[in-house]
Amino acid sequence: MAARPDRAPPGDPLTPRVVRVLKRRRDAPRTVTLDIAADDATAFQPGQFNMLTAFGVGEVPISLSGDPADTNRRVHTIRAVGPVSSALARLAPGDALGLRGPFGSGWPMAAAHGHDVVLIAGGLGLAPLRPALYRLLAERQRYGTIALLYGTRSPDEILFRRELAAWQRRHDIRIGVTVDHAPSDWTGHVGVVTRLIPGLALDPANTLAFVCGPEVMMRFTIAALKEAGLGDAAIHLSLERNMKCAVGLCGHCQFGPVFVCRDGPVLCHDRLGGLLGLKEL
Amino acid sequence: MPDCQRLTTDGLQALLDALRARGYRVIGPTLHDQAIVYDDIHTLDDLPAGWTDEQEAGHYRLTRRRDAALFGYAVGPHSWKRFLHPPVQRLWRARHEDDEIIVVAEPAEATRVALLGVRACELHAIAIQDRVLLGGDYRDGHYQARRRDNFIVAVNCAEAGGTCFCASMDTGPQAQHGFDLVLTELVGDGEHRFLVEAGTPEGREVLAELPASPASDAEIAAAEALLAATAASMGREMAAGDVRELLLANLEHPRWDDVASRCLTCGNCTMVCPTCFCTSEADSSDLTGTETSRSRHWDSCFTMDFSYLHGGSVRASGRARYRQWMTHKLATWHDQFGTSGCVGCGRCITWCPVGIDITEEVRAIRETRDGAPT
Ligand SMILES: Cc1cc2nc3c(=O)[nH]c(=O)nc-3n(C[C@H](O)[C@H](O)[C@H](O)COP(=O)(O)OP(=O)(O)OC[C@H]3O[C@@H](n4cnc5c(N)ncnc54)[C@H](O)[C@@H]3O)c2cc1C
Ligand code: SF4
Ligand code: SF4
Ligand code: FES
Repeated sequence: MAARPDRAPPGDPLTPRVVRVLKRRRDAPRTVTLDIAADDATAFQPGQFNMLTAFGVGEVPISLSGDPADTNRRVHTIRAVGPVSSALARLAPGDALGLRGPFGSGWPMAAAHGHDVVLIAGGLGLAPLRPALYRLLAERQRYGTIALLYGTRSPDEILFRRELAAWQRRHDIRIGVTVDHAPSDWTGHVGVVTRLIPGLALDPANTLAFVCGPEVMMRFTIAALKEAGLGDAAIHLSLERNMKCAVGLCGHCQFGPVFVCRDGPVLCHDRLGGLLGLKEL
Repeated sequence: MPDCQRLTTDGLQALLDALRARGYRVIGPTLHDQAIVYDDIHTLDDLPAGWTDEQEAGHYRLTRRRDAALFGYAVGPHSWKRFLHPPVQRLWRARHEDDEIIVVAEPAEATRVALLGVRACELHAIAIQDRVLLGGDYRDGHYQARRRDNFIVAVNCAEAGGTCFCASMDTGPQAQHGFDLVLTELVGDGEHRFLVEAGTPEGREVLAELPASPASDAEIAAAEALLAATAASMGREMAAGDVRELLLANLEHPRWDDVASRCLTCGNCTMVCPTCFCTSEADSSDLTGTETSRSRHWDSCFTMDFSYLHGGSVRASGRARYRQWMTHKLATWHDQFGTSGCVGCGRCITWCPVGIDITEEVRAIRETRDGAPT
């Protein structure tokens, strides 16, 4: 049920276009958000990703984290964990990088019309959920209640801090933020994000959940959502696998029958038939 | 076998000449380093006349035949993917000039290649790679260019190899479709001849240029008997009908631990497999930093890097990697591409250094299904 573009965009899918950084913000330790000048007006769907190339270093998949209504820029939030992501995170305004995409399936925004929506993010998993939140808020009247639960390691790792604070002040969305470890001046929740689920008193018959985070976090979240009464068909996940081509040709992103780059990254839990529970699949 | 023609060995040389006259580079079986591998063929002398192969799990040896058959062996370590989906392919180069970067896609190499001696299982393997690399939303332009101008001369197998199981997989030993011409080699009674049939208009055109004569009923009967004998003498078999369901229901079977204790995770099986298509990419830059480029190269799901995510590999254990390979071949390939990923060529069995046998692994799971202890 995940939204999918009908056709592949035209052009050579394996050759990156050259694009330039407009703006760079530091979000958290080792984590930056780059605004990249859009080279065309192609819209993306919340949940999709691009392949970004640091020339001479390599290419990695990075989710679109910006507002889908803004066609002038492509926004990416990157955590420096290795050679390619570090090279990308070092880019400054004016620098060039390569971009292919957008690729993959998006969150089922249209299928959620008329329903309550709960977004559950772990760590950097907030990045691919932020476009969904922008869309939900832009079309607020189309949806029922909206909630965002966000868990991260520590307060200094919290992404998009100012925006989160602004959303927290709104009355038409519930925001819950929790951290694993907190210093003494932290007044918010401490503990795993799944603990915030019961407090929402979800209407299981009318709620869709969009979940993105580390795989263990997603496993626990699925269990907690099912505990709250949600069915497999109401739970949508964004999966992560090693990716090289992003277009279904290299074989790297397989997860059982699924090619995560092509069939995902956003997949409905009912499609996975319990495979997430298997180790090392 | 309607419209079946007969060629002598001179007639076969005439076929090589006709293909070259049409601008085809002809590739076929040759003898090299104690194995039969695919390489350029200019004359019939380049073919491994009078050789055959002994194949068993973890074992391959060439021996002399008593006759001078040109195609008297099964498949070797090469498959046609070496030419259609080559081991290394540059994807693009980028020139860095002052502040500008200009990326130029590597032009797809259009090659006019005739493949000589393609076995039935290999025709199926090519058809499977066509589905994988050309059948989706995104096509592989390099593969497409290399596939566009092929002339395929298939050969029906007159003998089954020791590790062959195409009859089980319904992919051989007789070539059914996907060829321009198909040959059946008949040796004996002091005669050496080839029955030929055309499968495409171009095949018919080429055949019309050759010094062929109509095959006799006796020759056609001999060819049919030969193929029936080949089908009846397969070195291996695999009950393939329900293997997808069998494996998917047994993803936690203890046999995966058993095979993992033997498997070296060397990846040989994936390199020799004619349907394995996985690739990885590598970027490089020249010393001055004025040019960068990206190439892709064959990769194997047996490497640790294959499933690497920051922090570690998803499939760190040998158990998980062998399971991925075998369940992909025999089970999830059906979900992804509507066909099995295995054509029963036996290469993975022959070229496994420790002789792991995919048919035996399936049998072991079948006999102790649902995770019952072995
Ligand atoms: C669909 C998708 C969306 C993603 N979105 C984001 C995002 O918005 N922000 C962000 O910071 N990261 C994101 N990632 C993860 C990001 O791609 C990895 O952190 C990155 O590939 C690490 O590469 P590296 O060379 O810097 O590090 P290393 O850890 O040294 O990785 C070596 C190689 O392994 C592969 N690899 C390693 N980790 C991953 C991974 N987690 N996912 C896929 N391939 C990996 C890459 O090919 C990489 O080049 C996403 C991954 C996927 C699959
Ligand atoms: S899995 Fe083994 S037998 Fe099957 S096609 Fe590949 S190499 Fe041949
Ligand atoms: S099955 Fe054999 S050939 Fe394949 S990885 Fe294991 S040891 Fe190597
Ligand atoms: S990333 Fe290459 S097939 Fe999905």
